[in-house]
Amino acid sequence: MEDFQIIDNCLMVRLPEEVDHHLAAYICENADRFILQQNVAHVIFDFEDTRFMDSSGIGIIMGRYRKIACFGGRVYAIHVDRQIQRMFTLAGLNKIVEVLA
Amino acid sequence: MSTQIVKTQITKTQITKTPVTKNEMEISFDAISRNESFARVAVAAFVAHLNPTLEELADVKTAVSEAVTNSIIHGYENFYGYGRHGERPVTECPIHPGKVRLKCVLEGDVLHIEVEDKGKGIADLEQAMEPLFTTRPELDRSGMGFAFMEAFMDDLEVESVPGQGTIVRMMKKMGSTAWIDCEE
Repeated sequence: MEDFQIIDNCLMVRLPEEVDHHLAAYICENADRFILQQNVAHVIFDFEDTRFMDSSGIGIIMGRYRKIACFGGRVYAIHVDRQIQRMFTLAGLNKIVEVLA
Repeated sequence: MSTQIVKTQITKTQITKTPVTKNEMEISFDAISRNESFARVAVAAFVAHLNPTLEELADVKTAVSEAVTNSIIHGYENFYGYGRHGERPVTECPIHPGKVRLKCVLEGDVLHIEVEDKGKGIADLEQAMEPLFTTRPELDRSGMGFAFMEAFMDDLEVESVPGQGTIVRMMKKMGSTAWIDCEE
């Protein structure tokens, strides 16, 4: 699947155009499957295609962080636009997610 | 002939001089996850003629999405949308019947949004409004719904009767281009 890619020990999740509750379960389940089966250490969320996100997106990231944090894993976000960055700040997500420019 | 032309000119200027101050719309849709995107796009289209900035539009869309998603997940307990893929097929996830009513009133450049459901209601409203509080952590809900609505809209009002339903009222002045500055 193109949306989920394993690069070295990282899972790269390419998020859809609209990240909401409708697609959240699909993203969560597939990401969790890769994390469990492929020995993933870190997760990278790619927001390049994302034009809209609501709190479901925050939930997706927080849930994945919880799954890998206990093994020393880290969560990264790339291609984050201003609106998404603002939500990260409001939710206090900047403490657990490293936003790469 | 000439008098007729003058007459039409007068009516034309009258039309342009009296602006439409009030505009209202109301839609009701099934409480399924697919309609979340429909609801926010409908509201965005409703206010499009005000030439809102991209940020304002994103704010309104996010707030509507939060309110509608809350009604669907918590009000009617339709946890998994048709978008769910994975181990459990869609047919195993029961869809509870119910409607979400979305009403928008535009008074000048002030947008009022009302999202109503006849779901199970909120027992402890104060706790529900707390950031990061969620009754459904197992569904990867972040608990930021009301916090986002509060942050992205100018005013938020929630009315709920347990067992009867919830009404969320939000207000936002469009065209003010106010940007909430967050500390980095």
